[in-house]
Amino acid sequence: MNQPPPYLHWAFIQISLPNLVLILVMLGLFAVGLVLPLPGRRHRRRAYQEPVADLDLDPPPSPRDQAPEPPAPGERSWTSAVSRLLVRELPLKHLLADREPAYVGSWMYVFGVVTIAALVWVVASGVVLVIFGPQWWQVSPQGHFVNSIHFWSVQMFFIFMVLHLWGQYFAAGWREGRAGTWMIGLVVFLVSVVTAFTGYLVQQNFDSQWIALNAKDSVNATGVGAFFNVLNFGQMYGLHVLLFPIVVTLLIVVHVVQVRRRGVVKPIERRAGS
Amino acid sequence: MTRRKWDQAEYFRGVPTAPYDLVKEITVALGVMLAVVLILATLLSSPDVAPVTLRSWARQDPIDFLTTATGELQGTTISSSYGPPYNNGSGSVQTLGPLAPQLWAGVHQPVDAAVVDVLAPLGVASGGHPVLERALVRFEGATNQQQQVWLDRYIRAVGHARVLGARVVVPGAAYGPVGTLMGTLLTVARSGGLDALLTANGRFYQTDYTRTLLFLGDGNYVNELAAQRHLLGTQWGVMNETGRYPGQAWLWLYTLWYQIPPYSTAANADLLVVLTMGFLTTLLLLTPFLPGLRDIPRWIPVYKLIWREHYRFTGAAEPERPDRI
Repeated sequence: MNQPPPYLHWAFIQISLPNLVLILVMLGLFAVGLVLPLPGRRHRRRAYQEPVADLDLDPPPSPRDQAPEPPAPGERSWTSAVSRLLVRELPLKHLLADREPAYVGSWMYVFGVVTIAALVWVVASGVVLVIFGPQWWQVSPQGHFVNSIHFWSVQMFFIFMVLHLWGQYFAAGWREGRAGTWMIGLVVFLVSVVTAFTGYLVQQNFDSQWIALNAKDSVNATGVGAFFNVLNFGQMYGLHVLLFPIVVTLLIVVHVVQVRRRGVVKPIERRAGS
Repeated sequence: MTRRKWDQAEYFRGVPTAPYDLVKEITVALGVMLAVVLILATLLSSPDVAPVTLRSWARQDPIDFLTTATGELQGTTISSSYGPPYNNGSGSVQTLGPLAPQLWAGVHQPVDAAVVDVLAPLGVASGGHPVLERALVRFEGATNQQQQVWLDRYIRAVGHARVLGARVVVPGAAYGPVGTLMGTLLTVARSGGLDALLTANGRFYQTDYTRTLLFLGDGNYVNELAAQRHLLGTQWGVMNETGRYPGQAWLWLYTLWYQIPPYSTAANADLLVVLTMGFLTTLLLLTPFLPGLRDIPRWIPVYKLIWREHYRFTGAAEPERPDRI
């Protein structure tokens, strides 16, 4: 597997067979996600046929979702204010709803969850790698195996994040007050690219050396290289295992809360007669 | 007039709902994803092409090593005249009109290639080595003009050098002490000592490989290895990977620009590409607010497939849509 792969040339386009396969897999998954029915179709059909149950009213709110009584004068505090805000804006019935609008009936809605599942294994394998130290995966077959899990988890994370991005773009998921959700999601993608980039820099193999040598010119050209030295293993390692994962995770939490708080955007309604 | 608060109950009033088990979905996704990555890791492993060291460079391509090291003394390599953040040169400084962020940021990781890569390591190696010590004193005591004459003659001689087993035979010429300096540097590099000397920082711990990587990057050896593996910028290298593995395919648009004019021929290509990608990324970020860009989903109606159940089940009862998204 460490031998150079075949490359396909067409005009100025040059692509390796593994990259081509990956892109075709992504396109295939997207196409399958569009045409393959999502399980639960029977429930959704019944929901359209039976009397409407309002999302916010069924099931009835649990006691812990009830907003606390307004504080008496003299008992106001920052803590009680935050408590009331959280209960009002993020009730459990929205965060962990057991019913969704019946139009949530496509695999497009699953890609985001699969992205998070991949991230869980990226972080889990990364934690194991960190525990055993930066040399471990270079000198131990077990370490190399965990490194392989980390590598493929990252590939899966990006595959499904891009599929989720495509799905949300073509569903215009930013409609009706959800622009912030779209924007935070895109920032997650951008920070993830930088996180993966620092990961490639700390592999400690030829790829790391070459990526560092090439990337330094772009980073330096922007002036960022003065503070973000891609040739400094220690700096890149620290950023990769600590700062960037925290930022990605926090942003994903914000993104998910945004999604749950607003609920899933309604379908684009077709033109009359189309 | 106060802004009306957004309310889920109001937004979803009248919308039919169906059971949806989020916890089951994430649990199944976790299980399936673990199985997939375990299978891929077991069957395909992960990229692991060994890194290049100064030792392996000096052993595999000693002529290129000597040429590069001499170039560091001459000041003709990339790193010796790079500019910020390494030094005050201008060889790799990129600007666009008045925009010069590289210069504005200044020098933050100072690297004097001649000293760092050649003279300082030889200074350490000269302890107990009187011949080398005299050669160093003679070279450093000479005028800049005399040094350049010696270096020019040596670099021409290296062009006719031959590798005989473990020896490199450089034709004799009047290159003063340079032959001794370079011969010793090659010996130190072949022993692995130069890798340690370039990363040494006067303290015990170190994790910064700036000097070593810049030195490696000045030579042709690493570039040739990268070209063989299709990793050069002109080969879409940033999205490629060593071995038969997918690379950072998500960088396809970033690397595309390097393949086409004016980027492919511009001296400030990196800055141009970064600015272009910054602009395009901003457009994507602001898509919800940009007419045209936000209407593409309407023109390419993938949404009809996403919500085909909804459209089928609602039939003629569906409301008219607004004219824009």
